[in-house]
Amino acid sequence: MYATTYHKAKTVDEAVKLVGQSESGKFLSGGMSLLPTMKQRLAAPSDLVDLRHIPEMKGISVSGSEVKIGGAATHYEIKESAELAKACYGLHSMASVLGDPQVRYMGTIGGSLANNDPAADYPAAMLALDATIHTNARTLKASEFFAGLLETALEDDEIVTAVSFTAPEKSGYEKFRNPASRYAMCGVFVAKTGSEVRVGVTGAGADGVFSWDEAASALSSNFSADAIKDLAVDPGELLSDLHGSSEYRANLVKVMAKRAVESAR
Amino acid sequence: MGIEGIGARVQRKEDKRFITGKGRYTDDMVVPGMKHAAFVRSPHAHAKIAGIDASAAEGMPGVIAVLNGKQLTDDGIGNLICGWMIHSKDGSPMNMGAWRPLADSTVRYVGDAVAIVVADTRSQARDAADAVVVDYEELPAIVDPVKALQDGAPQLHPEAKGNLIYDWEIGDGAATDKAIAEAAHVTELKIINNRLVPNPMEPRAALGHYDEAEDHYTCWTTSQNPHVARLVMSAFYNVAPENKLRVIAPDVGGGFGSKIYIYPEEIVCLWASKRTGVPVKWVCDRTEAFLTDAHGRDHVSTVKLAFDANNIVTGMKVDTIANLGAYMSLFSSSVPTYLYATLLSGQYNIPAIHANVRTVYTNTTPVDAYRGAGRPEATYLVERVMETAARELGVSPAELRRKNFVREFPHQTPVIMCYDAGDYDASLKAAMEAADYDGFPARRKEAESKGKKRGIGMSCYIEACGIAPSQAVGSLGAGVGLWESAEVRVNAVGTIEVLTGSHSHGQGHETTFAQLVAERFGVGLDSVSIVHGDTDKVQMGMGTYGSRSGAVGMSAIAKALDKVETKAKKIAAHLLEADEGDIVIENGELKVAGTDKTLPWFQMALAAYTAHNLPDGMEPGLKEGAFYDPSNFTFPAGCYICEVEVDPDTGKTEIIQFVAADDFGNIINPMIVEGQVHGGIAQGVGQAMLEAAHYDAETGQLITASYMDYTMPRADDLPSFQVSHQNTPCPGNPLGIKGCGEAGAIGSPPAVINAITDAIGTNKLDMPATPEKVWALLHSH
Ligand SMILES: Cc1cc2nc3c(=O)[nH]c(=O)nc-3n(C[C@H](O)[C@H](O)[C@H](O)COP(=O)(O)OP(=O)(O)OC[C@H]3O[C@@H](n4cnc5c(N)ncnc54)[C@H](O)[C@@H]3O)c2cc1C
Repeated sequence: MYATTYHKAKTVDEAVKLVGQSESGKFLSGGMSLLPTMKQRLAAPSDLVDLRHIPEMKGISVSGSEVKIGGAATHYEIKESAELAKACYGLHSMASVLGDPQVRYMGTIGGSLANNDPAADYPAAMLALDATIHTNARTLKASEFFAGLLETALEDDEIVTAVSFTAPEKSGYEKFRNPASRYAMCGVFVAKTGSEVRVGVTGAGADGVFSWDEAASALSSNFSADAIKDLAVDPGELLSDLHGSSEYRANLVKVMAKRAVESAR
Repeated sequence: MGIEGIGARVQRKEDKRFITGKGRYTDDMVVPGMKHAAFVRSPHAHAKIAGIDASAAEGMPGVIAVLNGKQLTDDGIGNLICGWMIHSKDGSPMNMGAWRPLADSTVRYVGDAVAIVVADTRSQARDAADAVVVDYEELPAIVDPVKALQDGAPQLHPEAKGNLIYDWEIGDGAATDKAIAEAAHVTELKIINNRLVPNPMEPRAALGHYDEAEDHYTCWTTSQNPHVARLVMSAFYNVAPENKLRVIAPDVGGGFGSKIYIYPEEIVCLWASKRTGVPVKWVCDRTEAFLTDAHGRDHVSTVKLAFDANNIVTGMKVDTIANLGAYMSLFSSSVPTYLYATLLSGQYNIPAIHANVRTVYTNTTPVDAYRGAGRPEATYLVERVMETAARELGVSPAELRRKNFVREFPHQTPVIMCYDAGDYDASLKAAMEAADYDGFPARRKEAESKGKKRGIGMSCYIEACGIAPSQAVGSLGAGVGLWESAEVRVNAVGTIEVLTGSHSHGQGHETTFAQLVAERFGVGLDSVSIVHGDTDKVQMGMGTYGSRSGAVGMSAIAKALDKVETKAKKIAAHLLEADEGDIVIENGELKVAGTDKTLPWFQMALAAYTAHNLPDGMEPGLKEGAFYDPSNFTFPAGCYICEVEVDPDTGKTEIIQFVAADDFGNIINPMIVEGQVHGGIAQGVGQAMLEAAHYDAETGQLITASYMDYTMPRADDLPSFQVSHQNTPCPGNPLGIKGCGEAGAIGSPPAVINAITDAIGTNKLDMPATPEKVWALLHSH
């Protein structure tokens, strides 16, 4: 790891200012993605500005069917929130299978979204929930936010301060873990509200997270695993690597989608 | 057995310091003036070094020196060597290419060290290492051992034409061919034994300190055998003569074989310390460990197993190509030969065996012994072909094995080994009962009703431990003897120190070795200390590997204890005015049998040191040493049964149960033995289902160079193991011990693969059985 200077920001504005003033500063949340890259000397920010102690970025609130999660909320807080589990079962179940206990205690939803790892879990949930990403500068729809592998619509000095969405009637998440990293080799999030169904797929797409619209429309008239049993995903659009060919991932997308529908509550 | 003696399940004495983070590892060592090193490593798998420009690096903050391979050569530091000579079947010696500690003209694998940077801090050293500009002229690389032997393959070493290191054979080729020609049935299988990265929890490290005033070197390093390190560095690498080189291996966090070898880094740190005048410390990071710790396994084999009409095995023919990587590591040549092919008879009567082994150079990390070393490769081959044969012959796998078991001992196999004792029926029976083998069809049905595929597989392994009789291994090419030493010092107040040439890096010697002493003299474990890992304290010893510390290391201690006991009894007899033959030692007292005359142990010890009243002519003091050279290998054996359930939708396999029934001979501490079995099985399951080192075929880059891609077994990949023992004491050593350190890793992979192939109905599955592979097989037929 290269030497770096650590700052603890008290407000979002202060954090933006600190990064702006630095030579090549970066925001730091859980550090669960950033620190490993620094240890491998693939990143060398001059300064790290910690966002986890900014009061306005903390907490989870559920009022009626409106859910808002602070950008600094940890995976653990998301997993443990009883209110959230009731409002959005899929997100609760997703956070339960994200990483391991150490990662869940440290990592945050804001950091994960900003990082947009193609195998991360949240992006599938955000698409399926049609979530809104709040930054210090604007709000974006999830579909506008993700921009391919490890790319987002964020500017360098833009902070994910919160995420909000309307709680679905039913939601579910099923994940097939990469045996080595335990990230998603394929994760499928389904959310249903009335006749509207969305299906977000992570870990499998060649260009990162995507919506599986064909499945969504089949499910909107018949919300059951049966409805998608004859659908197929084109392996040509999927990732192929050491752990799984695109054909295998195409199979996983379907199997996980069926299981997500079955487990949805 | 007393409550702390042989057979007692006492807690490990060393665990308090390990569990509370108080262990003292090489990286914890600090000496005044110490500086830090980073290595410049090749990013290419194969390239010529056209030049090195260190000028920018030398000017960077904190940098003390940047040293290269040419300077190392000029200072007379020698090549790294392989210490076991193997001759090809045409009589020619193995073709060993030069391995420079710092490459001076050619790099041959990604990670090959090219230069060392010494700086005030580790970060500065690494920054400067990044700034060293090496001008590489890239050469084509080869990573596949089979292709490396083909015409036109890139060539690694001028000494090894066609990349062939040796072409070796064992056994009777003609008799084996005849058995196969005349067989009623021949089962043939292609077997790939996947390459593994050892991944000890503590990465390697070295601290080299040259003291100019004394002209003396000290090396703290992560070694399983500090004396061997000193011997090799002094005799071959020309670092310093033995009396001027002290090697200390303090607490070491796991080795699994990978810390047997002497690597470039410790040599270079010692040399750099002399060159720079400062103590130099290097600590490996995890990526470097993936790239440079000696890997394990990597065999490609075919096997033919011949049966007569009664399903009796008549012959076995094996052809193996073993990948030794870019250079020959210290014991690499022995692993695919004498540690492998000599075990091909398994637990069976096989009248004719022939094995041909070719070893090859490739542009990959050097390969050497890794937990099991050759025996897992043999066991995997034998037990997979046995199970496959049972399927082809339509008989039960247990029955086929039973029919061919060795039952009379000693049993001379056609491949050197002479098995001394065992009861293979007992472990098979125990394992089948524990696994409720007979109830399996009902469980399979039940699983089917839930859409899952169940399978069951077994493995009846044998291995050779307690390495090894020195004369025997010498005649087979070993450059060293494989005895062990011990010194037992009884202090004036009766407490005891045992200095052992074995080295503990997870095995629990501080406990088990003390139990041996407690058993003998009835003293508390607390009054016995085990000293190891320092060439200045401990007499010459050979270290720990090959499950030898019980069978060989403890036998040396037992021999030294015999001498102490004899002298102690003489002193007691003198003081108690009794006959020496009437003295017994019990519960920390020396007694005259059949009387109430006793002498506490500590008073006897005090008498030895005050020397006021010793028998005529007796030397004062109570300290005895012994060297023990085993008369044979030992042969742990057992039966492992694995039951799995496969999810056909995803190919994911879950281990439902894993049963281990082992014969380890006598056991000192059952808790520690069970722990060794658990760890071994975890690594075996890792090899079978999870782990594999993958290289890019074109570039020679190690693709699985981090835990993001290299799958280590985790707790939730494993079931709760059912472990039992059916022990037959080893007749070959005074304690009847066979050894248990590697069995789990040796016996388990074929049991797992036999279970999965049973579940999915094919014999064509190679390790690791990843979900994708299993799914693809299920959906291809
Ligand atoms: C062993 C391990 C296993 C893991 N398994 C999984 C898994 O199964 N699924 C999964 O989804 N993830 C997994 N992760 C990743 C984990 O979820 C990370 O926590 C997450 O990806 C990044 O969040 P963080 O808070 O740690 O961000 P950091 O690592 O601190 O930052 C990541 C990046 O985002 C930037 N950043 C941080 N916060 C913000 C913000 N609020 N606004 C804008 N930019 C920001 C940083 O500058 C940096 O570039 C795993 C990580 C590890 C180490």
